Amino acid sequence: MRRACFKFSWIAAALLAPQLLIIFIFFYWPSAQALYWAFTLEQPWGGGNTWVGFDNFTKVLSDPYYWGSVRVSVIYALATTVIAMGMALTLAIFVDRQLAGYRAYRVGIIWPYAVAAPAVGLAFQFVFNPGAGIFSYINTIAPGWWDLSKYPWQAVTAIVIAGAWKQVAYSFIFFLAALQSIPRSLTEAAAMDGARPLRRMVDMQLPLLTPTFFFLLVINITDSFTDSFGIVDTLTGGGPFRATDLMVYKIYADGFRGFDYSGAAAQSIILMLLVMALTFVQFRYVERRVHYT
Amino acid sequence: MAEIIIHNAGKTYGKTTIMQGIDLHIANGEFVVILGPSGCGKSSLLRMIAGLEEISEGQIQIAGTVVNALEPRERGCAMVFQNYALYPHMTVAENIGYALKVAGVAKAERLARVQATAASVGLGDFLDRKPGQLSGGQRQRVAMARAIIREPKVFLFDEPLSNLDAKLRVQMRHEIRKIHNRIGATSIFVTHDQHEGMTLADRLVVMNKGTIEQIGTPSEIYDQPASLYVAGFIGSPAMNILPGHVSIARRGVVLEDDSEVPVALPAGLPDGHLVQLGIRPEHATLVAPGQGSFDARLDMIEELGATRQCNLIFEDIPFCLLTEDRPALHPGATVGVRVAPERVHLFDAGTGRRIAPATAAVRQGREQPVS
Repeated sequence: MRRACFKFSWIAAALLAPQLLIIFIFFYWPSAQALYWAFTLEQPWGGGNTWVGFDNFTKVLSDPYYWGSVRVSVIYALATTVIAMGMALTLAIFVDRQLAGYRAYRVGIIWPYAVAAPAVGLAFQFVFNPGAGIFSYINTIAPGWWDLSKYPWQAVTAIVIAGAWKQVAYSFIFFLAALQSIPRSLTEAAAMDGARPLRRMVDMQLPLLTPTFFFLLVINITDSFTDSFGIVDTLTGGGPFRATDLMVYKIYADGFRGFDYSGAAAQSIILMLLVMALTFVQFRYVERRVHYT
Repeated sequence: MAEIIIHNAGKTYGKTTIMQGIDLHIANGEFVVILGPSGCGKSSLLRMIAGLEEISEGQIQIAGTVVNALEPRERGCAMVFQNYALYPHMTVAENIGYALKVAGVAKAERLARVQATAASVGLGDFLDRKPGQLSGGQRQRVAMARAIIREPKVFLFDEPLSNLDAKLRVQMRHEIRKIHNRIGATSIFVTHDQHEGMTLADRLVVMNKGTIEQIGTPSEIYDQPASLYVAGFIGSPAMNILPGHVSIARRGVVLEDDSEVPVALPAGLPDGHLVQLGIRPEHATLVAPGQGSFDARLDMIEELGATRQCNLIFEDIPFCLLTEDRPALHPGATVGVRVAPERVHLFDAGTGRRIAPATAAVRQGREQPVS
């Protein structure tokens, strides 16, 4: 690989400084602070802290509620990723085949990406509302059957659907771009070789999509671990019975409602390590099976 | 093995007609080259035969079956694409064997056939490579093998050599012709390169602006171009075209500077009729000024090794001439040009079509020993 070497220059340093400063203030400083807090006991109102070593971590890891949170986070991450990518791929294939009206729904599919997570949560609050939304019709048939604030599995289903709905758009854009970058002559050659549309999809399009698929897998899983706060906060508030107490939400709840800064900091560090480990595993083992052409 | 009959085929995109009135009859086992500049509709015609584009009007028959409504896989054609269209995620063996795999041929037989086919195009050692690890010529061979293995009734080539360098192009041209001779499938080859067309074809089809200008053997097309367009397109350097009018009294064509070129005028051509005179560079000779049919000014001499290309200017029209001599002339000199009357082509200035009876003159000319 060729490397470009540049001499140190004050102008370059000056031009880089604002960006580096922003990254430092909003990423490294808080991360370092969290790391520091994770090993100390911080008083809620400030004014001194005590070094406690790994006590915060031991406490968090021996807390059954924390393991419940990890469990539901993993379920949420896997379910949203599978649903979002599956939907995105299906829609992208339809748009790529230019079925009737594809111009209209291509735009429609991209829109949800522009909606902020709390807004998504709020919108689905209306959809899933047992008293007023679409799902309230179920309750007219079987009274009391649908209630997010009562049944854990319904609450989990609701945040999974809302989270997947929000992530479909992003994956869709990438899948569509990847599909459209497959040369038309490849599909035509396969057609000449006797392959029908479904066979062409399995033998040509899907294998050629694997780099995109892998990229989206990493992004989606990471996103669903770290970017689910807005949806949980507006839709379920972590309940019922902590059923939707995802790891990010628990960090917020413990830290800012329970004023356990140190415990929350320890959880943040664990979440960060978990996401890093997942990404590492994906790059190490999944990427090997990916065709880069 | 199949004959192909195309009857009054046309292609329109929305309101734009890009091709119309195509009539073509290709005999079983024939090698036909469709020649034309880019945008003339030659690739579209090929893709219509393959089934990759719809036929807007008319009819295409392959081996006695009308294929207008058939899917590509039902037509029994194999195609070699311009950019090869190899499957990048499959090995050479998988690429070549894909059609058999789709057709459900058993694995053992498939492997044997892939190996035999690969060996026949010199790819025996590359079966496990991916297309990305092959050179341009090797990719070309994979594309050929992928078409050959299906034992198609019809072979379609869409400018398959245009991505290769000059030397490899000539080599692959020979190989394609050899493969055709061995397999004997009806072949249609689309190209914009007249050398490929002339060397490969049993018959040439010259297309222009979505219609067929002329169909014939390479020598027919070279010796008797049916129109000014074909005359200018085939032959390198291109045929010289000089405007003039028929003079019965002077038994020939009078050019713009009132000099005359003797031509065996066909009967019935009215006196004063406006014509275009076509003279190939190799059919004119340099003579002393005043000794030839007309005089021209020498612009430049280009050395080609075996011959020299003299670029002349006649009445502001460039005129090119090939000679085996080494004329000791300087640019700007006035020279005479002598034209062999039996080699002159006559075209109607209005329609651009060949004035037919001149054909006879050429035939006579061909029978004379070439001096």
